[in-house]
Amino acid sequence: MTFSAELEARFAKMMQSYPPGRERSALVPMLLYAQDEIGHVSEALILEVAARLNISRLDVDEVIGYYSMLHKRPLGKYHVQVCTNISCLLAGGEQLLEHAKKSLGIGHKEVTPDGQFSLEEVECMGACCWAPALEINYDFHHFVTPEKLDQLIASLEKVQ
Amino acid sequence: MKILYNEPSPLETRVLSRRFGLENSERLDTYLATGGFEAFRKALEIGPDQIISEVKTSALRGRGGAGFPTGMKWSFVPRNHPKPRYIIVNADESEPGTCKDRLLMEYDPYQLLEGMLIAGIAVDSRKGYIYVRGEYRYLITHLERVVEEAYSRGYLGKNVAGTGFEFDVYLHSGAGAYECGEETALLDSLEGKRGIPRMKPPFPAVSGAWQSPTLLNNVETFSAVPHIILNGGQWFAGLGTPKNGGTRLVCISGHVNKPGVYELPLGYPMLKAIYEVAGGIPGGRKLKAVIPGGSSCPVLRAAECDLAMDYDSLAKAGSMLGSGGMVVMDETTDMVRAALRIMAFYQHESCGWCIPCREGTAWLRKMLARLDAGIGTPADIDLVGELSKNMLGRTFCALGDAAAMPTISIVEKFRDEFEAKLQSYAAAGLVQVG
Amino acid sequence: MAELVTLTIDGAQVQAEKGALLIDVCKARGIEIPAFCYYEGLALQAACRMCLVEVEKMPKLQPGCTLPVAEGMVVKTDTPVIHEARKSMLEFLLANHPLDCPVCDKGGECELQDMTFRYGLGESRFLENKHHVDEQQWSPVVFFDRPRCILCYRCVRICDEGVGVDALGVVQRGVVSAIAPSHGDHLECDECGMCIDICPVGALTSGMYRYKTRPWEMNHVGTICTHCSNGCKTTLGVRGGQVIRANNRDHSGINGEFLCVKGRFGWDFVNSTERAQSPMLRTNGRLEPVSWSRALMTVARKLNEVKQRGGRVGFIASNHTSNEENYYLQKLARQGLRSNNIDHHRTGDVVTLIDALAGRTDALATVADLYAAKASLVIASDLAQQQPLLHFQLRANWRHHRSRTYVVTPGPVRERKFAVKSLHAEPGRELDAVESLRDDLSKEPELVILFGDAIQGDAVRRLVAFGDSLGIPVKYVCLLDYSNSRGAIDMGLAPGLLPGYRPVAEAGLEPGMTIAEMLADASLDVLWVVGANPLRNARLAAENAFVVVNEMFLAETAQRADVIFPAASAYEKEGTVTNVCGEVQSLKKALKVMGAKTDLEIFGLVAAEMGIDLGPFQPGAVFEEIRREVRGYNVSLPVIATGGAAQSVPLNGRVPALTRAELIQSARDTLFTSGTLGRYSKNLTSVLEHPGKLYASGIETP
Ligand SMILES: Cc1cc2nc3c(=O)[nH]c(=O)nc-3n(C[C@H](O)[C@H](O)[C@H](O)COP(=O)(O)O)c2cc1C
Ligand code: SF4
Ligand code: FES
Repeated sequence: MTFSAELEARFAKMMQSYPPGRERSALVPMLLYAQDEIGHVSEALILEVAARLNISRLDVDEVIGYYSMLHKRPLGKYHVQVCTNISCLLAGGEQLLEHAKKSLGIGHKEVTPDGQFSLEEVECMGACCWAPALEINYDFHHFVTPEKLDQLIASLEKVQ
Repeated sequence: MKILYNEPSPLETRVLSRRFGLENSERLDTYLATGGFEAFRKALEIGPDQIISEVKTSALRGRGGAGFPTGMKWSFVPRNHPKPRYIIVNADESEPGTCKDRLLMEYDPYQLLEGMLIAGIAVDSRKGYIYVRGEYRYLITHLERVVEEAYSRGYLGKNVAGTGFEFDVYLHSGAGAYECGEETALLDSLEGKRGIPRMKPPFPAVSGAWQSPTLLNNVETFSAVPHIILNGGQWFAGLGTPKNGGTRLVCISGHVNKPGVYELPLGYPMLKAIYEVAGGIPGGRKLKAVIPGGSSCPVLRAAECDLAMDYDSLAKAGSMLGSGGMVVMDETTDMVRAALRIMAFYQHESCGWCIPCREGTAWLRKMLARLDAGIGTPADIDLVGELSKNMLGRTFCALGDAAAMPTISIVEKFRDEFEAKLQSYAAAGLVQVG
Repeated sequence: MAELVTLTIDGAQVQAEKGALLIDVCKARGIEIPAFCYYEGLALQAACRMCLVEVEKMPKLQPGCTLPVAEGMVVKTDTPVIHEARKSMLEFLLANHPLDCPVCDKGGECELQDMTFRYGLGESRFLENKHHVDEQQWSPVVFFDRPRCILCYRCVRICDEGVGVDALGVVQRGVVSAIAPSHGDHLECDECGMCIDICPVGALTSGMYRYKTRPWEMNHVGTICTHCSNGCKTTLGVRGGQVIRANNRDHSGINGEFLCVKGRFGWDFVNSTERAQSPMLRTNGRLEPVSWSRALMTVARKLNEVKQRGGRVGFIASNHTSNEENYYLQKLARQGLRSNNIDHHRTGDVVTLIDALAGRTDALATVADLYAAKASLVIASDLAQQQPLLHFQLRANWRHHRSRTYVVTPGPVRERKFAVKSLHAEPGRELDAVESLRDDLSKEPELVILFGDAIQGDAVRRLVAFGDSLGIPVKYVCLLDYSNSRGAIDMGLAPGLLPGYRPVAEAGLEPGMTIAEMLADASLDVLWVVGANPLRNARLAAENAFVVVNEMFLAETAQRADVIFPAASAYEKEGTVTNVCGEVQSLKKALKVMGAKTDLEIFGLVAAEMGIDLGPFQPGAVFEEIRREVRGYNVSLPVIATGGAAQSVPLNGRVPALTRAELIQSARDTLFTSGTLGRYSKNLTSVLEHPGKLYASGIETP
């Protein structure tokens, strides 16, 4: 498998980050960064990473399902993650999620037919004091109202 | 002036957050201009024993949630050990209600690095890792730039600040798992495995990352260290109450007018924090309950909130200071729903290793969902409390307790709300109660 | 002697080794601390939380499975709080566990059932829907029923730690966590089924056994596996004259819990439809079924006739027949027919080893020694493939005692994963590599050397000289292939050796012909082949020779026979066998296959028919004679009678060693092949890994 030069450079740096012989330590970040580039943890990626780290594919399978940010199925180009945990709940996080479902026309862990958006109800993302919060890919949005969410979606639709 | 997530309050005691809001507060020059690395030089002068003794004197207790005395933890790390020693920063910040480590890393990353360096001197370590939760990607990118700057300016690497001290810092990303905040699960995760907690003993201080002695603390804990070294343990201790040294970044969220992260001395009155620091409850509504330190803590009724925010007072009130995530709930709050949401979180995050937590959280979530829908009998309410108690203290790690404690407290303190739901459902003729 | 501490358990003062686990200390005193995830010898988990006990001064209940005992500790294992805790743990476990016990394979021998009976709640308070997932087939022999799994991780550990294969793992997290196989939806592994055996519930089940029977409907017969030379005990589950499964129910025997794919699944040749079930006689060029009396009479007459005219008779004997059969056969040949033309397929040079040891009786290692020795050296064998139990022992020794293993092989082997040094050696250069280890080895406190068929003749002598020169105690294992390879040579199934490694000259005889010579002898009159298949890869020069075959299957040699006696397998007879380490163990008859007779009966009946008296042909009587007559076989009867293993101690003077290389050759069976028997085991041939390959463990040569 080939990755962008930037990602390869990152991998190379990761391999140097851990004590000698402990390269496996790079497994989780490697999968996450590779997923960001290719959209999901594909079969090919699993085998590639296993080969690079000299571990079995089972070793890789074991971590994929464990970490909630690793996805075996492709996500949308914009992955909308709405927090409904306690602080957000108190600030309308559930209503926000419902609104997102309606606006995007998809449910939890679903992808729009054009592959632009996916939606996920997530756990606390460390934005409790600025709730309700959501992340689109890795961008935080605080004090989100349904209107603000619609604006966000509209602006992203324009980007494509 | 930089735009902050929330306006500071004049009631704060700003020590760790004193640079928040400064222009370019994350830059080395800003840091150096405001006393940066003085503590590091002093630490090199006074040496490991003195450093540890100052940290002990400061009465600093871990800010990650468990509140373990930091100086004591540092003294457990064997310094003359054949294996290398590692400094690990727990930046997994995922306890619901908590969002303070983020700010420390964003606004004052050098303070954290300096804390790591001092810890490095204290336990004779040359390498540090910052384990950052995967969702904080912007912070990882940010910290990568900071670390790069530090290397290029000679504040990390072979010859830190020209002192001959050597120290490397690496960043490591998580990928979505609350359990990886638990210190030993974090270590397994760092090693490229599932984040399953390890058996203790051996404690990480003796055998941690890659089976080497490891010093692991929360972001805020490390960030407090430069101040302790520079101004003395006595001074830091004096900021708080006896046995509860210093200040804390308290995250006040939920039903308050000015939610935000505020630095308050330990022992600060809780009601004052809610009504004065955080501006009170919107619409003049009444306080119903408070989660004092993240969703793992037993909930306090309004009437129980007239207390000082320190470890001991909260323990006396049957709760905990936890990770500093204070969630304020007003009279409109549906406590059954709150209990359900909290349990859903722990069920989602249970690593699945041990039976009581794996099965208990799943079962309890199902039951609470049913009760929230008004379906069930009063005996089901008892069963929720009973199952939670069966989990409490019997799980492999503290996540099981974290799931049990808030649930037990909500069932006990707000039983009437559960009953009311059942009643209204029954009244609608949908189910028979009894 | 380890330091002792005194603690109090349930009010009684107890002395125990400092640091021992509470659960073990309690067990030794007859106090049961229930546990699912704890398994002696495997990594500690503390995951099932069944073993919680009260310990004074500790605020929380403590898991007994990880708690080291300490001086002054006060423990309670039997209080209302503990009872309640156990009850609640079982309640949690059963919340998602399907209550399909009536149809579950494990019903009746399920640890969860037993625990629920002893410690559990009478009824379920769980009203919600259970989490259902369909059953999965991971290989022909391993099935997984996920909802039944209680996640005790025993299977993961036995595979990784015990066998060294690491084919099972845990995927997902929380309540949907599940055990998963090495290749997404299927397993690629040793197919040993250890995971099935160790599973406390019915989550992992055997493809051969599932849904066939209830455990209490079977007879459980503990006998010795008939495949390789390691001599594992296997308990056959027999119902209605059919073997239904094999496992190690009580973990007795030299193999403890271990069994490989052959021992656990390779028994099905017994039930094969291709078994010979009637004697056959060649009439008009075709083999026709005949009665036993007709077949016996035909052979007896032929032998008498050839004997009278001084003709040539040869015997090719078996690697699988019992010591009694072997002993009786050589008596038939030597006493009955005055013939020393008796041999068998020899797979390792035990003879030269015995000779080189020149009378030392303490230099042969036992299977147990491999688990205890501080160091070992493996030469020219792929143990994991060829000697599975010996591999398991070495691995366990390393895991538990950090023993040091050295490896000299022509290719990668699994021991390299834990060996302190691994050297590559082309065939013929092994001893040079061994020599280069001299400095390391001589620093070891003791050593066991295991060597394959590549080391034979003079090389064996040089190896023993090397061992002697190290100046440390050294023991040896000469590796052999089959279940009674050792017993065959011990019982004198060789042209130059009487039982007990006595030269034939002692009996006033000349050495006879070897297998190769018999096959090449155009004037041979009778060839009697017992449980062997020499004509698979060779031709019989004597075209008119009368060929008698004792066989289970009509393989190549049987096709050439004039008379075929349908023979009973090792699972259908009593007797003893001797494993690769010289340990004598007894076979137990598990079933009777219609039409077949044991080889001992066949020899006895032919002798009787010939009118010669070779003594009674009951296994017990013959064994008595062996104990009396064969040097080194005066082993303890009670040990053997109670299912134990007693090591024989061959003592010898000079042995006329047979050093011709072509005479000693391993069949190079893998974990998934087993000579002719293996060909008739559908279970073995059905797995993906069949037929396997030696020196292919995929580990880079260092
Ligand atoms: C389930 C669980 C989650 C935790 N999550 C975090 C976390 O996100 N950040 C953190 O600093 N500590 C967390 N902790 C506490 C750590 O185990 C550990 O006590 C702490 O990081 C030690 O640092 P401190 O002494 O500086 O607090 C968690 C503990 C548990 C049991
Ligand atoms: S309590 Fe048990 S299942 Fe829960 S997170 Fe800890 S180890 Fe995992
Ligand atoms: S509760 Fe939503 S970000 Fe913390």
